[in-house]
Amino acid sequence: MPVLEKDGAQVWRRHTLREKLVRWFGWLLGLLVFAICWQIISESTTWFFVWDAPRIANDIWTRATPPRWEYITQLGRPIWDTLNIATLGTVIALFLAVPVAFLAARNTTPSALFIRPVALLIIVSTRSINSLIWALLLIAIIGPGVFAGVIAIAIRSIGFCAKLLYEAIEEIDHAQVEAITATGASRWQVMAYGIVPQILPAFAGIAVFRWDINIRESTVLGLVGAGGIGLQLSSSLNVLAWPQVSLILLVILAAVVISEWVSAKVRGAII
Amino acid sequence: MSHRELDDMLGRKWRKPHFVTNPVLRWSLIVGFIAYLIAAFMTIEVDWGRVYEGLDRGWQFILAFTRPDFISRAGDIWGGLLESIVMTVAASVVGILISIPIGLGAARNIAPLPVYMICRGIVAISRALQEIIVAILLVAIFGFGPLAGFLTLSFATIGFLSKLLAEDIESMDKVQAEAIRASGAKWMQWINYGVQPQVMPRLIGLSIYRVDINFRESAILGLVGAGGIGATLNTAFDRYEYDTAAAILILIIGIVMMLEYLSGVIRARVQ
Repeated sequence: MPVLEKDGAQVWRRHTLREKLVRWFGWLLGLLVFAICWQIISESTTWFFVWDAPRIANDIWTRATPPRWEYITQLGRPIWDTLNIATLGTVIALFLAVPVAFLAARNTTPSALFIRPVALLIIVSTRSINSLIWALLLIAIIGPGVFAGVIAIAIRSIGFCAKLLYEAIEEIDHAQVEAITATGASRWQVMAYGIVPQILPAFAGIAVFRWDINIRESTVLGLVGAGGIGLQLSSSLNVLAWPQVSLILLVILAAVVISEWVSAKVRGAII
Repeated sequence: MSHRELDDMLGRKWRKPHFVTNPVLRWSLIVGFIAYLIAAFMTIEVDWGRVYEGLDRGWQFILAFTRPDFISRAGDIWGGLLESIVMTVAASVVGILISIPIGLGAARNIAPLPVYMICRGIVAISRALQEIIVAILLVAIFGFGPLAGFLTLSFATIGFLSKLLAEDIESMDKVQAEAIRASGAKWMQWINYGVQPQVMPRLIGLSIYRVDINFRESAILGLVGAGGIGATLNTAFDRYEYDTAAAILILIIGIVMMLEYLSGVIRARVQ
């Protein structure tokens, strides 16, 4: 126990002197790194704009309120597109994620040495690139529009869904699989009767969870030209139509809240 | 015991139980979903000719991954990457520091009701607004550059970390905290010795996870002018310089994989 001699009496301390020194240097190093980072940010900032920021913020606020409510009649189609991007993207992603997950799970992969690393690479690379970047890339390849948005969301979701699904597959109860195997079932029958019923609740949960995230992401895909309500947002921003911008932001906020509510309800019903 | 006898005992042929047991709900879900899919496919306009033309470019992009070009735009790539990392570090530090008091305030078993309501409100706002939309507004207010990105990421970190920290505090072991309080500890001592040791491992794990997310997000903030590697990437796509874009994507994936590995190691050590 670390103690300190003080006037002949022993006083309890949380850390020994050595621990204290290590901690102190750790904090110093952290502070130094932060100071350097701040220095770099500060150098590339126009401080005049920052001091002017409260006035600008106030100005934007007065321009943006009240929202232009009648503009909502033009938002029906973009909202429908956004919903389609999220839903179709999720459906496609699930179709692609299921085989990847089975190939990546340790207990179902045909070859842990060759196929599993490939499946894991697919999972990591699709997951670590944001859907906006995928959209950017797909627009350069297949042209702007809703279709690029659907594919972008689908690719981005593969990694996420496959990762959660393969973790669920690895956690299944092995006794059930063995029981089915003992009846003389073929590989596919074991899959259908031993594994699939065990992961179906997890699968449904993942699908709804990802759909919720995809609604969020598809609302902004339009900023790079991939369809949906983000397209309206970016064109309104470009012409500085702030009352329209504030209305669109309210609609996006409502969509996010509703989708989160739906997903929470459905997941509550499954689990 | 042959298979027929089980069927005889049931009085009908055995079938797998359905995932949704209520037949009305099951069929309405299936029919509704198919109707939605048809409606969605009818309204999506895909220019297949354009897609076909794009396939060639898509193939070129995939080929670009075999010969990424780190050299010809090296200055832009390193500049953007450095800015992304600097933004990530600074925003993570500031975001974590701010989210600790807000997380304490958003835990119902520690904070009085008014404080609780305010902190939960901050968390809800931060979580509902997506990074990219916050970035657009902050760029409009503070001007172009990494400062806007830094503020965006800090703001997003607060919502994420405070919520999870508050949930962790709410589910902590009350007995330990009470024991500290019974020894006559002041409020600060109570937090330091009763609460902090219980939530620290998870807080460290979540903070590192958030650093990882912040880096991923910092890669797209450049699309709306908030600094970081995104601007370089966008330019590379616009100029059809796929080899440079591939180099940037490889760097992003590499750094994300490294961070994920690092966070796994650190989380395994603290828990």
